[in-house]
Amino acid sequence: MPAQAPRTLFDKIWAAHVVDTLPDGTALLYIDLHLTHEVTTPQAFEGLRAAGRKVRRPEATLAVVDHNIATDETRRTGIGDAESRLQVETLERNVSEFGVPYIPLLDDRQGIVHIIGPELGRSLPGMTIVCGDSHTSTHGAMGALAFGIGTSEVEHVLATQTLLQKPAKNMRVSVDGDLAFGCSAKDIVLAIIGKIGTAGGTGHVVEYAGDAIRALDMAGRMTVCNMSIEGGARAGMIAPDQTTFDYIARTPYGPKGEALEGALRWWRTLPSDEGARFDREVTLDAHAIAPQVTWGTSPEDVLPITGTVPDPDEAGDEARRAQLHRMMEYMGLQPGQRLQDLPVDVVFIGSCTNSRIEDIRAAAAVARGRKVAEGVRALVVPGSGLVKKQAEREGLDRILREAGFEWREAGCSMCLGMNPDKLKPGQRCASTSNRNFEGRQGQGGRTHLLSPAMAAAAALAGKLADVRDWQPKGTA
Amino acid sequence: MEPFRRLDAVAVPLGEPNIDTDRIIPARFLSRLRSVDHAPFLFHDARRLPGSDDENPAFPLNRPEWRAARIVVAGRNFACGSSREAAVWALYDHGVRCAVAPSFGDIFRNNAMKNGLLPVALPAEAVADLLAQLEARPGATVSVDLPAQTVTFPDGATHGFDVDPFDKQCLLEGLDELAYTLSLTDEITAFERRMGRENAPP
Repeated sequence: MPAQAPRTLFDKIWAAHVVDTLPDGTALLYIDLHLTHEVTTPQAFEGLRAAGRKVRRPEATLAVVDHNIATDETRRTGIGDAESRLQVETLERNVSEFGVPYIPLLDDRQGIVHIIGPELGRSLPGMTIVCGDSHTSTHGAMGALAFGIGTSEVEHVLATQTLLQKPAKNMRVSVDGDLAFGCSAKDIVLAIIGKIGTAGGTGHVVEYAGDAIRALDMAGRMTVCNMSIEGGARAGMIAPDQTTFDYIARTPYGPKGEALEGALRWWRTLPSDEGARFDREVTLDAHAIAPQVTWGTSPEDVLPITGTVPDPDEAGDEARRAQLHRMMEYMGLQPGQRLQDLPVDVVFIGSCTNSRIEDIRAAAAVARGRKVAEGVRALVVPGSGLVKKQAEREGLDRILREAGFEWREAGCSMCLGMNPDKLKPGQRCASTSNRNFEGRQGQGGRTHLLSPAMAAAAALAGKLADVRDWQPKGTA
Repeated sequence: MEPFRRLDAVAVPLGEPNIDTDRIIPARFLSRLRSVDHAPFLFHDARRLPGSDDENPAFPLNRPEWRAARIVVAGRNFACGSSREAAVWALYDHGVRCAVAPSFGDIFRNNAMKNGLLPVALPAEAVADLLAQLEARPGATVSVDLPAQTVTFPDGATHGFDVDPFDKQCLLEGLDELAYTLSLTDEITAFERRMGRENAPP
């Protein structure tokens, strides 16, 4: 590439991290921040130990427990499940042996790895950030290149602080105009996935742009980047701007003073240059996006809440027809059913997609002065101990509890069915998480993905509901 | 890592698009080390009838002709979703050494390469043709030739596929990427000095 050619945000961060390039174009990419948790690391540390290797830069590594742990009071009395307990204990032994900074379970800063990185000021613009978790794309909202890796790659980063990577293609998704009444960042990203499909971003790094993206706060930007993987992209990112810089200035461990000034000079050069080339461009009109909800078992099977379950017989080809039939059987749906009539058993507000303070405020605003419908179990799981404390300072926990929501401790909780918070077979759940895969929230569970405000409305209505019919009573 | 050169094996058709890694191995089986045999977890819930431990006879891997399949042929976006490398381990421990699909989840593709499982991306029409042949002749075999970068279908038709030269070399030689990168330690150290990313003094 000629030195003067306009470059994208991705191109700039990539170029600043290439240690070496192989003849076939594979790059040895330097990694600035390696986030780790209990599930995808045991084998990686075991590999280091077996080979007598060290962690190359422990201080560029941060460990936390989030996937396996209980989010109720039992976390204080030990983990019930023997294998989960072993995984947490193994992480604690590994971080101690290898000198990796660790946030323990009962620390206020503990939380979902993708919530705490930005919140603590560890995830910063221009960085390369990896974690053995596909939703690492969340950190791209900071203007970083952040992506999920497997356990072999975790070991590779621990040992070398680098990864061998193929260059990705550039894709830009522009969302222009004002977001309509009742809609949020979650509705934007679900609409994007509905448009491009779950393989739409394969092989690409997506930059989200346009005035609807620029207008989002950092929490909203993280929600959008979080679900990049559901659109098939390895990473999603948003150019850093004043919103980003103001956010970083409020974090406990972000750079301060002269260090911040120096960093800002670089960060301001990061946004894509005018005329930078994107291999693929997609545009959406923000105003045309209505509150979204998924009905199937792939995030691309998403509709406005006013929609009805599709008819498989109207599908274009045999493979799609078979897939639709299978999804409907799993989800317990009939063609033509109104989404708004679907009763829910469980409501889950949480996960690395939607468990920040802004998400909890949105849910509490809808729940205030109202009651969860009879027979519905509704959980609110803050993304971190710090989010939980902030919510309690604002009285949001009281509003939610009075409405009948459970107020839990921080963790991945009911997003992924590997801790005590699980759906039972056949239960239907309105969930602010990111995946509606078969069995994702528990074997046989049925997931409908939606925004925090929509989830709160579903809890109150006892069925999927249009949040535009559930406007806040007074001010939250 | 076990090298991969050629493979003649039974191929099982799993033609649905978007088969995710949660379906390949449910999360509740992710708390095990690699030394545990992961084969029993492969498609654990999909292989069983809902709410029971009995096998679902309709699931392709449960059919006698396909039980020993070492090649999986799938719809677009195979193994999308979670980064869990255990999805590769479950396939590998079952004996699967190659997956053919129009496209793959990016992280799965990387994980597969690092474990000696070859992901082969073919055009959607070719995959549809292969799926039809496998459905018509259960137990039919497919040949994969990595040095030549070809797949030969049961009807004898041969299709070329792309693979990055470095990945190909690693697979052919059973090369460990980490060992390769460690040979570049001086370059990494020089980069850290140049970019001011050395360890803070203790």
